[in-house]
Amino acid sequence: MEGDEIMAKTIEEKQYLVRFRCDTKSHLEVKDENVCLTSCPDKDCTIFCPADVYKWEGDRMHVGYEGCHECGSCRIGCPADNIKWEYPKGGHGIVFRLA
Amino acid sequence: MADKFDVIVVGAGPAGTSCAYTAAKAGLNVLLIERGEYPGSKNVMGGILYRKQMEEIIPEFWKEAPLERPVVEQRFWFLDKESMVTTSYKGLEWGKEPFNNFTVLRAKFDRWFAGKAVEQGALLINETVVTECIVEDNRVVGVRTDRPDGDVYADVVVLADGVNSLLGKSLGFHKEWKPDEVALTVMEVLNLPKKTINERFNVADDQGVSVEIFGDSTQGLLGTAFLYTNKDSLNIGVGTTLSGMIKKKLKPYHLLEYVKEHPMIRPYIEGGETSEYLAHLIPEGGYKSVPRLVGNGVMIVGDAAQFVNAIHREGSNMAMSSGKMAAEAIVRAKELDDFTERTLDSYRKELYNSFIGKDLKKYKDVTHTFEEHPQYFTDYIPMMNKAANSFFTVDGSPKKEKQSRIIKSITEGKGKIAVAKDLYRAWKVMK
Repeated sequence: MEGDEIMAKTIEEKQYLVRFRCDTKSHLEVKDENVCLTSCPDKDCTIFCPADVYKWEGDRMHVGYEGCHECGSCRIGCPADNIKWEYPKGGHGIVFRLA
Repeated sequence: MADKFDVIVVGAGPAGTSCAYTAAKAGLNVLLIERGEYPGSKNVMGGILYRKQMEEIIPEFWKEAPLERPVVEQRFWFLDKESMVTTSYKGLEWGKEPFNNFTVLRAKFDRWFAGKAVEQGALLINETVVTECIVEDNRVVGVRTDRPDGDVYADVVVLADGVNSLLGKSLGFHKEWKPDEVALTVMEVLNLPKKTINERFNVADDQGVSVEIFGDSTQGLLGTAFLYTNKDSLNIGVGTTLSGMIKKKLKPYHLLEYVKEHPMIRPYIEGGETSEYLAHLIPEGGYKSVPRLVGNGVMIVGDAAQFVNAIHREGSNMAMSSGKMAAEAIVRAKELDDFTERTLDSYRKELYNSFIGKDLKKYKDVTHTFEEHPQYFTDYIPMMNKAANSFFTVDGSPKKEKQSRIIKSITEGKGKIAVAKDLYRAWKVMK
């Protein structure tokens, strides 16, 4: 395989290389679904989240907590302070192996 | 597990571990709690570890610690779209003892470091989240964990819980960080053969290079990209303030792809195989964002206290030193058997008198100034590139003419006074 092809390009390819030990319960929660629907036209979290955890689907926010890097950006960056952010249960969540 | 410890440290990153190490070495009974599978599994760093502060904790650590390469060259690239102005310092003395800094992979390094604290007698418990501090009579007396019967008590609880610092916030020591007080950084580790790295960066096996990249790498936003050489891999990453990322509606991983595809950068990483993708926040609020550091029975260290010097990409060294200072204050408190804020406050005083307090103070206005005045990134770096291009392009016009044309082009667009103001402002905040 050529070098160019082994370098991850899309977020799906990048996320595929990361190890996650998922809990069955989400550690991220949209506090009030209605706030996303009615008073957040830009849906910034669907843009800046480095793991593409947040996806606007139809009229609700889908939260793919399984791929979360636990960086905290969504909690700090949500303009409506509408995300309840906790650490995953001990030993769960993302497991970095390198840097 | 003993019911009560002298010290509970929350978080086994560089701050927490150096605190646990120092306290355990002094004979205290220390519990170190880590929420990850192992120390380092939740931690991210571009990859530069400074020798000096680490050595103050473990002398000659480089003889056994898992390090990548000692850095012998620091390069700075000022990027435009298809050009760059570069500057660097290379010194072979940095490749010999006692070294200046090293590239490291944190998951490996942190695990080793925590093991050293265990050797000193600290008890390390992984896979455990501290959900809150137990407060009695206005005094922190222990922590509640997510384990069954998970309450543990101590004279002092040290919060080394990182940039997200949920515990410091829950105690009311600081409010939630604002998007301009944190930098969102994403990076990849790219595997490349050692020989290829050596050839591309012009170094030997045991020599490393760090590259800090400004300008087009962040598309004009306040931030930097970086490229560091490990033994058999490269760390490439980019970070900007979260506020900048939000304002420009940038996807961080798109920015990273932009950096990787940049014609000035791509040749260095070509053929690399991505082995991991990582994202993390860096607390870059600086001096004005440092929270309350000490309370009755509690102290805050490292990233949780916003101890990062973004200008000099220092952070893990500040984390280590702050952890060590906190431990020393606890040892003194133990001698007096007094763990009130008044006694533990010697940590805060020492910290502000050290390089940490002084450096943070020196640069207290830098981040905010550059955030409010993006022209340094958007205008001056392209100008620098254009000036160099014009000066070095041989087109038959005399150099003196070129020089005056360059100066004119810089002052014409913005006006002489605006340029002078920009220069003065930059000098004032950096001096």
